[in-house]
Amino acid sequence: MNFIALKMLTGDRAKYLGLIFTIAFCTFLLENQTSIFAGILKRTGSQIADVTDADIWVMDPKTEYFEQTKALKDTDLTRVRGVEGVQWAVRLFKGSPIARTNDGKFAATICLGLDDATLTGPPRKMLLGSWERLREPDSIVVDKAGYVLLYPGEPLELGRTLELNDHKVTIVGISDPPAPFLSFPVMHTRYSEAVNFVGRERTQLSYVLVKPQAGVKAEELCKRIEAQTGLRARTSEQFQWDCIGYYLKNTGIPVNFGITITIAVIVGIVVAGQTFYLFTVENLKQFGAIKAIGVTNWRLIGMILLQAFTVGVIGFSLGTGMAGQFFDFFAQKIPTRGLVLMWQSVALTGATIVFVMILASILSLRRVLVLEPAVVFRG
Amino acid sequence: MNTTTAAAVRARELRKDFGEGPTRIEVLRGVDFDALLGQLTFLVGPSGCGKTTLISVIAGLLDSSGGEVELFDQNIERFSATDRILFRRKNLGFVYQQYNLLPALTAAENAAVPLLAAGVRRRAAVDLAKSVLVKLGMGNRLDTLPSKLSGGQQQRVALARALVHEPRLILCDEPTAALDHATGESVMELLAENAVHSDRAVIVVTHDSRVFHHADAIAHMDDGRIVKTESRHENEIKIPELEDAVPALI
Repeated sequence: MNFIALKMLTGDRAKYLGLIFTIAFCTFLLENQTSIFAGILKRTGSQIADVTDADIWVMDPKTEYFEQTKALKDTDLTRVRGVEGVQWAVRLFKGSPIARTNDGKFAATICLGLDDATLTGPPRKMLLGSWERLREPDSIVVDKAGYVLLYPGEPLELGRTLELNDHKVTIVGISDPPAPFLSFPVMHTRYSEAVNFVGRERTQLSYVLVKPQAGVKAEELCKRIEAQTGLRARTSEQFQWDCIGYYLKNTGIPVNFGITITIAVIVGIVVAGQTFYLFTVENLKQFGAIKAIGVTNWRLIGMILLQAFTVGVIGFSLGTGMAGQFFDFFAQKIPTRGLVLMWQSVALTGATIVFVMILASILSLRRVLVLEPAVVFRG
Repeated sequence: MNTTTAAAVRARELRKDFGEGPTRIEVLRGVDFDALLGQLTFLVGPSGCGKTTLISVIAGLLDSSGGEVELFDQNIERFSATDRILFRRKNLGFVYQQYNLLPALTAAENAAVPLLAAGVRRRAAVDLAKSVLVKLGMGNRLDTLPSKLSGGQQQRVALARALVHEPRLILCDEPTAALDHATGESVMELLAENAVHSDRAVIVVTHDSRVFHHADAIAHMDDGRIVKTESRHENEIKIPELEDAVPALI
């Protein structure tokens, strides 16, 4: 009887395609929105994730997310180094100087000052030049998106000069770090250079980057640092989640995306559910004929579930394919770089589609199961 | 003829009501009806007299409100729901006024549905259905969809569907109502030739008097009762309780 169920399904071409495209569109919308949502939130911790040398970030006790820095005292670095289990600890500066090109184009930047001696925390992916050249005086590595923003339409080129808060610097490398939450150019330089660019304050130290000794767990070391220094210490992963949590709690992003996702789910349930339900209702007489012939209710349940499963799988696959193409295309664009179709979104959407089709099947099944087969005798 | 042993269908005092209280409608009001093996029994009467309800109850598609109906000496209303479905699947074939073919299936696949429902493998079921369709003169339209068939051809497919699993009782509801006279006549001829066997009964509900000559027996129904039965072979006419049922006919 399975082939009869499938032929009934595909026989009504318009409804069949309508169902598939409804589910595909719903899938696309859900995967698209949830992935973009997760991708944007992930960006809030991009600069943390890009530092792979160190496992622990130490900061002011009141720091809640990456952008919110309050300078530590220089002695804090020494105090952290003194904590048992610390293999090494280096300083990291984060500031936001204004970059201005020779043409006068300017932009606020995210400027990261790396420890002069070790250059810990350089960009992992270099497109041009090398981060080792940061040892040269007045040198910076700028990310590709920042370069394109400052020099629109011009080829990537090393050796160009620009001003960072009135300090002339030379581009010695072009990197490709994960996109930041704010679409500012990301600039890496040495710590001593960075504090010069931003201007002297009494203290300049933004973060201390720490590497635990072998065999020491990062989480345990964080607790030890906090206990001994009174500073806040977080593992890279914890700090990234702190950033995500901050933006979730303090911005309208989750509400906006939540509304879109909710609408997608509702539209999916209503349209896909109703279309499938109407498909069944319009075929009631056919089901009645099959029932009169002697097909059991269990067999009918199997037929309807097979129909639902078929359109669900095809629609979901098409929608996922569309979402994959979408992200593949937009991953090439600078503003949307780094936004990918996340497997978690695919899994979540799959579960939602299963829920939608089960709901639609239950509504349809109810009509078929209570159907009196005698309906076939009514002209 | 011993009608007790030869009866495929035996209904006594059969009643069927719809609704309750003031909206209750009595559709069958104590029907006594027999359909014998080897015979083509017509159930005739005006629209709304309860013919379709009667065959629905006989087929086990509706439960009766009272009385008894036996199919092959078994009261299927005492069966469990599943047993009733299995009994119907094995023993009954249906031909409907509107054919009720599945539009997405070819003629052969439609005719094979009862076999598929019984668990016969698709290829074997369709092959068997094709052989029945060939017998009914549909050999050149085996793979045609119902939408591409004429009314008469669709009814032949429906007939093949009713015959393919060799049921012991075939129930036809107005099989010629949607057809012109010539086509209806040809469908009835095919029905008489192919459906009537010594071990099978055929009941045809119709009000098309032009096909009455195919009947072995005719049960006249009016106002929820059998008011007269005629048997062509025995030239027998029974008029049970006619005075009560239809005073106007007396």
